Amino acid sequence: MRSVTVLRTGPQALVQDRGRPGYAHLGVPPSGALDLPALELANRLVGNPPDAAGIEALLGGVTLRADTPCLVAVTGAPTRLRLARCPVSSVDATAEAVDFATAIPLSAGDVLRMGTPSSGLRCYLAVSGGIAVRAELGSRSTDVLSGIGPDPLTAGDVLPLGPPPPRDTQAYRASGGDENRDKPAYRAHGLTLELPVLLGPRDGWFDDAAAQLAAAEWTVSPTGNRIGVWLTGTTLRRTADVTGTELPTEGVVAGAVQVPPAGEPVIFLSDHPTTGGYPVIAVVHHHALPLLAQTRPGTPLRLRPTPHTRQP
Amino acid sequence: MLIELDSADEVAAVRAAVVAAALPSVVDVVPAARTVLVRCSPGTGVATVTSLLADLSVDAATPPAGRTVTVPVTYDGPDLALVASTAGVTVDDVVALHTGAEYTVAFCGFAPGFGYLTGLPDALQQPRLDSPRQSVPAGAVAVAGQFAGVYPRSTPGGWRLLGRTSVVLFDATRSSPALFEPGDRVRFEVAQ
Repeated sequence: MRSVTVLRTGPQALVQDRGRPGYAHLGVPPSGALDLPALELANRLVGNPPDAAGIEALLGGVTLRADTPCLVAVTGAPTRLRLARCPVSSVDATAEAVDFATAIPLSAGDVLRMGTPSSGLRCYLAVSGGIAVRAELGSRSTDVLSGIGPDPLTAGDVLPLGPPPPRDTQAYRASGGDENRDKPAYRAHGLTLELPVLLGPRDGWFDDAAAQLAAAEWTVSPTGNRIGVWLTGTTLRRTADVTGTELPTEGVVAGAVQVPPAGEPVIFLSDHPTTGGYPVIAVVHHHALPLLAQTRPGTPLRLRPTPHTRQP
Repeated sequence: MLIELDSADEVAAVRAAVVAAALPSVVDVVPAARTVLVRCSPGTGVATVTSLLADLSVDAATPPAGRTVTVPVTYDGPDLALVASTAGVTVDDVVALHTGAEYTVAFCGFAPGFGYLTGLPDALQQPRLDSPRQSVPAGAVAVAGQFAGVYPRSTPGGWRLLGRTSVVLFDATRSSPALFEPGDRVRFEVAQ
């Protein structure tokens, strides 16, 4: 059996693929890699199909040993990578630096160590053949809200790999470094992140929602996770006629900016609950969600209503 | 796209119509209390869904009946006496009322497999607890507001607990992972 062994993880390492959309009517979140473009790039670099599962590493920190020859690539939040060639007397044995966002060939026994990114939040690691743990509801993603999917990774886990991709992977080995570094995701801490949003569906619950959003300033709270990003700062005011009332629970989507009565919003990410009773004032554009998922706590954040476009 | 409707029946009818149309751009159709959320693939418009709904006569539409699921319950919940006193009836009356009704799964949310059931007799329609419990056991049979429900997993919860069941509400490895799907009918019975 082809496999890699997890020797060490950072704060959280999860198996993720493209998720399990289509079960929201049963209360199942869509899940999947929060920075899907990063996982897709890592998969391309190692020759995997786009639906192959990889590892989503919050703040990096994953150390893996290849049990069989394979290709790996790390994308997402930029981080140092060190490779110790077999025989490896210890995890910290003499190691060479290897490139981020590049396909790295590993021989059996080689150990790859991922550092901690200094910007961004989540690193993505793909291995040729994909992480082939058991799928649930068509996906290998770990859903931290419901518990569906594999357990979070821990030292000692042996991860089976699928069959190696076809050998003509030369086309995929071109370094994706430029593509990754050019992404505006990894702003230095302190620069304001501005996310485009579509107003609605419950913007009518708020006094002049567009104006409130345009003037509001928040910082990303440290309490967020795969379920959502909590914001601290401006409290959004409801109109007088709905203050103190409840909204009948209704379906919500990833990117929804949900506003509890106290007024500080939560922006839902991929493991969000499928229904909710707090009004959603706006929804973050789908393509901006990977950016949000890479935004560190403490970052100033604003929401920019896209003019003349309503979420129906 | 969030479609607003006036009743659970309309929600059921619209949901059934959109699902039956099997539009390729539709990813999720999520019924809820007074709405149906239709989620399409990124980049696709909702024009097709809009035109489908324009042609649908909601009043005339009757949602097809789903399965009928029978749930055996041991009625020993920590809030059974509270529910009885709030309703002004005996505990035996509460059991008779709860098991005597036929429920419909209006929608699912909160957690995988958690179905919001309509059809709860008026006397059992009571507020949530003032303070939710930190942990409600998996299989807890509960009521809140107009809805009855069964907690699929141990989670925090604020509903009033009537009893417990051993049936598995959600199993991701089953071909039909959720025991309750929107449109299903449900009955509760005293476990033997």
